[in-house]
Amino acid sequence: MANIEKDFTDYEGNTEASAYVLRLFITGASPNSIRAVENLNILCEKYLRSNYELKIVDIHQQPELAQGEDIIALPLLIKKAPGTERRMIGDMSDTNKVLKGLGLPEIS
Amino acid sequence: MSNTKKNTTIAYATLPKTPTGIAGLDEITEGGLPTGRPTLICGQAGCGKTLMSVEFIVRGAMKFNEPGVFVAFEEKSDELAMNVASLGFDLKKLQEDKKIRIDHVHIDRSEIEETGEYDLEGLFIRLGYAIDSIGAKRVVLDTLENLFSGLNNQAVLRAEIRRLFHWLKEKGVTAIITGERGEGNALTRQGLEEYVSDCVILLDHRVINQISTRRLRIIKYRGTVHGTNEYPFLIDEEGISVLPVTSLKLAKQVSTERVPTGIPALDEMLGGKGFYKGGSTLVSGTAGTGKTSIAAYFANETCNRGHRCVYFAMEESPNQIIRNMRSIGVDMQQHVDSGLLLFNASRPNMYGLEMHLVAIHKLIKKFKPQVVVMDPITNFINIGSVSEVKNMLVRLIDFLQDEQISVMFTALSLNTIVNEQTDEGVSSLVDTWLLVRDIEFNGERNRGLYVMKARGMKHSNQVREFVISDEGLNLIDVYLGPEGVLTGSARKQQMLQEQTGAAIQAHSIGRKDREIARKRKVLEAKIASLNSEYESVEEELNKVYLEDELKKQILETNREEITNIRRGGLTPSKTTGGK
Repeated sequence: MANIEKDFTDYEGNTEASAYVLRLFITGASPNSIRAVENLNILCEKYLRSNYELKIVDIHQQPELAQGEDIIALPLLIKKAPGTERRMIGDMSDTNKVLKGLGLPEIS
Repeated sequence: MSNTKKNTTIAYATLPKTPTGIAGLDEITEGGLPTGRPTLICGQAGCGKTLMSVEFIVRGAMKFNEPGVFVAFEEKSDELAMNVASLGFDLKKLQEDKKIRIDHVHIDRSEIEETGEYDLEGLFIRLGYAIDSIGAKRVVLDTLENLFSGLNNQAVLRAEIRRLFHWLKEKGVTAIITGERGEGNALTRQGLEEYVSDCVILLDHRVINQISTRRLRIIKYRGTVHGTNEYPFLIDEEGISVLPVTSLKLAKQVSTERVPTGIPALDEMLGGKGFYKGGSTLVSGTAGTGKTSIAAYFANETCNRGHRCVYFAMEESPNQIIRNMRSIGVDMQQHVDSGLLLFNASRPNMYGLEMHLVAIHKLIKKFKPQVVVMDPITNFINIGSVSEVKNMLVRLIDFLQDEQISVMFTALSLNTIVNEQTDEGVSSLVDTWLLVRDIEFNGERNRGLYVMKARGMKHSNQVREFVISDEGLNLIDVYLGPEGVLTGSARKQQMLQEQTGAAIQAHSIGRKDREIARKRKVLEAKIASLNSEYESVEEELNKVYLEDELKKQILETNREEITNIRRGGLTPSKTTGGK
């Protein structure tokens, strides 16, 4: 219940109702991280156009965030909004899975 | 030179160990877990894995000043704190003091979408940050295998777990990884044991005869000696205590000090001084022979001397024993009040044999008595086989001997059992064995006490009648007559008979004496008259003899004088005077 209410207020307060709030956690310049950043950038541009806010966090630089965000596997993409929070791990190479996680229709 | 070099290398080669602070575990592992290496603790659900690892962290923080990180994959930090609060561990406070850090890792497969290649670098960073933030020396990962239920990519997980263990070693932290017991013989579901190669501890929780016992076994511990047996352990309000019950050596301190039994006549039978300090004594006998009374006397005597005693009552409640003993003049209540005597009453069926042993250990360590009484050990047979009971008692005796505590067991021996062997088979283990036996004779039952054996001391080979009266216990020499051993009223009767006989005999002896005296008097009178007769005869004879002598002398003198006169000289005295 609490979650729904919170999301609801977020929804009300946000004029751009469909704006995507994304956080991508990576570890420095590891191959997985680089691939994830590239893949996600392409994907966002293609499917979300400019309707998103993406923050990339290098967890190496801010290790104190790891516990708060409950991070285990990296790279990790957290969709904070809209809707319920979703977590995606991996280098974002499986576009369909990412779209599913973002709540977008899958492409065939 | 080369020798010293060799010695130093050997000295350095021993594996450094980190004490766990868990009672008994450090003794089995001879120092603790391998420092800077991961240890796997595995076992079924509910066997105490989490508790053991929490205790490792908490004891480390409190006792050894080594901060620790607890990564909980199962329970939330609050839940964990609540669960161990009953053991007196205040996790919240320790966290505030930066002594420990609890990190709950939550993974839910339904919330995570896998979109390609990934690794567990996040966990590494998180753990590394937690370790560095409090300078942790100890790490617990409870239960790491939960990762497998949250993430799909087995290949990545396995590779990452392998890397994690290497990384932990590099970090130099002493780690515990817990894992749930797998199907069949597998130690863990995901085969974690193949990654942890240094130390593996298996916890077990078995129910035999409806009595459950927790056990611990060290499956492997590379590079060091360790106990290999299954050790029972106990979880109670003070945490875990493991019992290193089987001591490997028979090298104990012995004492020549003696402990009186409380029954002077019994001391007398044992060379006049009683039992050896630190020795074990078995009092066996059939029902109602006074075993408990002997035990209570011993306990009472111990307290009278100002020593401490624990009385493990397995059959009667303390109040019952105190009441019963009062009837034979022993006041145990005063010692209970003064704190010298501690009763511990429990039915043997309360828990398993091993648990009894652990509980006894704990109590003894806490109370530090000089004497322990167990009354009776017979009922243990209900919860274990003969060999198990024997095994347990061996370990108990070992432990008590180590602590220099004298122990007295009582045991019920059944008449049906051949050879007076007690059913626990401990009679060969104990140092002193007293047997109280019914002697049935002449329509009554009396008690006879034997010293079956008493190692290292002179002891009586005689049977004593064991009498329990209002005044207490006493031992009386039995009557050994032509009709065999007599006890009880038969003994009294025989004694009376003997007294009568003695009186009659004394009487007849008196009469004869008098007769002799009379005869002597008569004879003496006769002797006196004969003596006087002899004297008069002798005198008569003497008189004649003397007269003769006198005559002869006078004649001589006369003749000399006549001779002188004839010469016309003077008397001979004058002649000599003229010269």
